[in-house]
Amino acid sequence: MTEAILSVENLSLRYRVPGGAVHVLRDVRLAIRPGEVLGIAGESGCGKSTLAAAMIDLTGANAERTSGAIRLRGEDILHLSADDRRRLRGAEVAMVFQDPMTAFSPVLTIGAQLVDFQFNRTGASRRDKWQAACGMLARVGISDPDHAMRRFPHEFSGGMRQRAAIAAALLMRPAVLIADEPTTALDVTMEAQIIHLLRELQADYGCAIVIVTHHLGVIAELCDRVAVMYAGQVVEEAPVDDLYHDPRHPYTQALLACDPARIEERSGRLPAIGGRLPDLRTPPPGCAFAPRCSKATARCLTDAPPRVVLGPDRSALCHEVAP
Amino acid sequence: MLRYAIKRIALAVVILVTVMLAMYAMVFLVPGDPASLALGPRATPELKALLRERMGLDEPILWQVWHFFRSALTGDLGYDVWSKRPVLDQILEFFPNTLILGVAALGWALALGIALGAAAVVWRDTWADRLLGVVSVGLISVPAFVVAIYAILIFAVWLRWLPAIGAGTPGDPASQIRALILPAFALGVGWVGYLARLVRASLLEVMGENHIRTARAFGLPETRVVLRYGLRVAIIPTIALLAVGLGSILSSAVFVETVFGRPGIGTLITGAVQKRNYPVVMGTVLFMTAFYLFIVTAADLLIARLDPRVRDAFRR
Repeated sequence: MTEAILSVENLSLRYRVPGGAVHVLRDVRLAIRPGEVLGIAGESGCGKSTLAAAMIDLTGANAERTSGAIRLRGEDILHLSADDRRRLRGAEVAMVFQDPMTAFSPVLTIGAQLVDFQFNRTGASRRDKWQAACGMLARVGISDPDHAMRRFPHEFSGGMRQRAAIAAALLMRPAVLIADEPTTALDVTMEAQIIHLLRELQADYGCAIVIVTHHLGVIAELCDRVAVMYAGQVVEEAPVDDLYHDPRHPYTQALLACDPARIEERSGRLPAIGGRLPDLRTPPPGCAFAPRCSKATARCLTDAPPRVVLGPDRSALCHEVAP
Repeated sequence: MLRYAIKRIALAVVILVTVMLAMYAMVFLVPGDPASLALGPRATPELKALLRERMGLDEPILWQVWHFFRSALTGDLGYDVWSKRPVLDQILEFFPNTLILGVAALGWALALGIALGAAAVVWRDTWADRLLGVVSVGLISVPAFVVAIYAILIFAVWLRWLPAIGAGTPGDPASQIRALILPAFALGVGWVGYLARLVRASLLEVMGENHIRTARAFGLPETRVVLRYGLRVAIIPTIALLAVGLGSILSSAVFVETVFGRPGIGTLITGAVQKRNYPVVMGTVLFMTAFYLFIVTAADLLIARLDPRVRDAFRR
């Protein structure tokens, strides 16, 4: 196993809210190896976006880390000074956001922003940065980049903006690119194009990519490995083929059963997982999925599930899974 | 942009005409005959009739209105029988004083207000932010003429640093600037607090937007994020307000001009109203309305320049 470039170790994080705290991430463990594409899947509210934000140290002011570490090349970034952490952003770890419509400042040109976004690139003149941005726009498939640099974001289509956002993220050749729902705001054709582009760029630049999405099709298309999250925990981690062909955690099985793309028979209604997400202000003592799980036994409700290692790259957080 | 500009200017002209008609209606509804007031209780009817004729008050009302509009268009605002000078001459003599006062007051208030507002956001939710909040609200609540009186008392009477009254010696810029400091201070104080609150609220809203998160995600320093990415967007509503602000500052300048005995439009209007000197009142109001509309329209056009989204919305 190669050394991880970015690893999340036993990270627990909570949001302070009036009258208590929401435990959004609970003992999350995840390693991203150089050059791999890791997918983080899960339904809305499972903590996947918070995890992505934590990796680049962008959690809001009300977020509080209660334990754990985020290591970039072995060094805990949360122990660095605020300035040192800021210098890593964009240069070592870059991010592409969900909504390309609002990701850019409306009052500055794309070019001005792409130059600004190379703030942490030392030893480059403004002209160098402009050239680099121009080249990167061409690389992500924007025709006439010189012209595009002088345009404002609202003059771009959604797809073009997401291309520009990806170009921005790659400007400083980061070791890790985090994409939070990069295709959710786009239509299907655009989604396919962006996925294709990400795969191409990954091959060219060899950076590790973390894709956060609730769209299982995107993960199947793009990822090497998948981490499935539920209620703030990684419940199953596996190579993508293994996960799709042989899901082991009951939640993963239920999730895949609900994917419209995998349903073969016409039934007139979409399957869904019964029940609701647990209230993370008071996380349950046992397995968070137990109340919705068909295989749950008495101990699932009372004892925290163990992490069962299923193979060199596989594990599941469940009482009922046998190695 | 051109179509937008034409639309805005056309609207300004319509407003101007409406204001003038309303003014005229008011002058004829308010009791008091200017001629008898001017000549005193012992004037003969013949004398009054002569003065009315000279002021053009013997003509039919609609004819007077038409006459006024026609001359106003050619830049003639009428003749003041009291001072025996054209009205426009008087306005042009006094207006620069008021404008300089208004611009100076708004200028320092704007600079300090934006700085305090941005500082409150950089230090948000700390004791500094709360202190700035209390100070701002305190400044808003103090009337300009109260500040004026205390400013005179402290800086002119006790400390003798600055002159208490007047606009300085004409032709001596140093004395004019010294005479400007206290009135501009008194007039701007309330606006500092107001602008600081406005900029803070507007900036806080912008700081929650996604593009701010993007700028942070690329490791831009927080001050740069606030000033370049936040303030650029947050300043837009402030500029719109500023134009309205200049209008209201010019009207509250009346008090400050009175307290400081400073010649200006405020003193001109109050004097004219007391004497029922209609040509001067009408001319001054028309001039001030036109100026105000000019500023507001210019601000709208400036916003269209600053915000490319507004600019393009009108291009189509």
